[in-house]
Amino acid sequence: MFVALRDLRHARGRFVLMSVVVVLITFLVTFLASLTAGLARESTSAVTGLPVDRLAFSMPQPDDAPEFTASRVTAAQWQGWAAQDGVERAEPLGVATTRAESAATTAAVTALGVDPGSGLVPAPADVAPGTVLLTPAAADALDAHAGDRVSVGGTDLTVAGVAGTDESFAHTPVVWTTLDDWQTVGAQGADPADGPVATVVALTAPDVDDAALAAGDEARGTTTVTPREARSAVSSFAGENTSLTTMQAFLVGISALVVGAFFTVWTIGRTGDVAVLKALGASTRYLLRDALGQAAVVLVVGVTTGTVLTAAGAALLPGTLPVVVDVTTTVVPAAGLVVLGLAGAAVSVARITRVDPHAALAAR
Amino acid sequence: MDLHLESIRLVYPDGGTTLTAVDDVTLTVPAGTTTALLGPSGAGKSSLLAVAAGLTRPTAGQVRIGRDVVMTPTTSVADAARLRLDRIGIVFQSPQLLGALTALEQLELHAHLRGRRPSSLRPRALELLDAVGLADQRHKRPAELSGGQRQRVAIARALVTEPQVLLVDEPTSALDHERGTRVVELVTALARRIDAATLLVSHDAATLATVDTTVRMLDARLDEEAVDHALR
Repeated sequence: MFVALRDLRHARGRFVLMSVVVVLITFLVTFLASLTAGLARESTSAVTGLPVDRLAFSMPQPDDAPEFTASRVTAAQWQGWAAQDGVERAEPLGVATTRAESAATTAAVTALGVDPGSGLVPAPADVAPGTVLLTPAAADALDAHAGDRVSVGGTDLTVAGVAGTDESFAHTPVVWTTLDDWQTVGAQGADPADGPVATVVALTAPDVDDAALAAGDEARGTTTVTPREARSAVSSFAGENTSLTTMQAFLVGISALVVGAFFTVWTIGRTGDVAVLKALGASTRYLLRDALGQAAVVLVVGVTTGTVLTAAGAALLPGTLPVVVDVTTTVVPAAGLVVLGLAGAAVSVARITRVDPHAALAAR
Repeated sequence: MDLHLESIRLVYPDGGTTLTAVDDVTLTVPAGTTTALLGPSGAGKSSLLAVAAGLTRPTAGQVRIGRDVVMTPTTSVADAARLRLDRIGIVFQSPQLLGALTALEQLELHAHLRGRRPSSLRPRALELLDAVGLADQRHKRPAELSGGQRQRVAIARALVTEPQVLLVDEPTSALDHERGTRVVELVTALARRIDAATLLVSHDAATLATVDTTVRMLDARLDEEAVDHALR
């Protein structure tokens, strides 16, 4: 990249301008990716963080797609799963979004009801009758502490403590109760003859194959999915994620077009130099390598700076804005931008191959 | 090695007809000598030079360097580029320097084009810049040099790889008589030093005292009666 690097150094203004555009596009894409991941976490972390292999839904109609708001499982169903070969544990899990009220304030929370000793509550905490375990976010929202009395969905409970991890469901903080206490919150409309009900059955079954799971579903009228697949069963997740992911895809596509357009203009401006190089005997391969190398420098500098800005920006943001800054939300989209940017640049610099040095020099 | 232009014909499409820029020109330039090609504007001089340089394929005829046929109507673009890189030095009508490179880098570029480290050509590059009187300007870019200085950098660039053939297109077009004569003297002396066969296109016969042979083109043909073999 003998000529390319010197060209960048010589035309600093152009280099800075292009780099700034790449920085801005990268910041947009990576920030949006971080926000998308953050919103997804706020929607679904209570589900994806469960230490289980499968969740079994029981929907009103057999062909209905799993939905937490419509699923209801009975004791017969989770006991049936517990008896299935290969299933180590089958715990009922109630999920219901409701209002909670403390002495200071009220807040929307999602009550997760489990049996004591279920292993679903983040260790070392556990639930006990008449008590509620708050996540840190719920404790903040309710301004409540251990020993305080709170009302969850109309049921008065004592705060047993604050869990060590924060889970969210449909953008509301989670609180943990016993399944029995949860019945008044989430079991309205259930048939009393069914006994206690829950929303899903949480299965620990690492060695059960898909065929056995399908047979279990058939026998019990359930639909099993992985916790990751169950994200789509959270009503807020699907639409939000689809919209944000679509925006990201458009942004990435637009960035490739923008970078391509910039390099088209830059290449046109370098036609004279390309003609001289060709006249001196430079091969087409040399010229393409030189031009793409230049594009790579601009892209790597711009994308790296934009990514660093996203990470720094996320660190400075208030805690109310949900962002997740990790490899998948920064490095992966950044790498994608470099690759697509190079593809866009390659299309534009390919015109180099069509420069006729004799004609171009005569015109210069 | 000698440069042989054999029955060169170059025809361009021109609207619905054709334009013959070079019409059956045969010319030999012996190694170590300089042949000046004179003629009025539009006579075909630069077109002939372009064929010799491999910048355009002839419609008919061939170019040889020594016994090697290097340019024919079917020579590929890649082979023509390789020819210019390995065997031909070109001084264009205007210096055609790369704006981002210093005078020294303009010469070192040739090494990079050949896949070698640019610094491998540095001793030769410095020697040539000194020979053209620009050793102390080696770190300046074209915008910081005068027109004459840029022309001398272009001459040094054309000679840095010690080409077998040197093609020079109107080196004096932007210079006054005295400077033009000095440039021609410089070109002929440096080319003689490396035994290059030099073909120099010019419209100004008064600057050509140091060339070995003068030929004239008129209406796309060589004027055989106007060949002047100058005594050294």
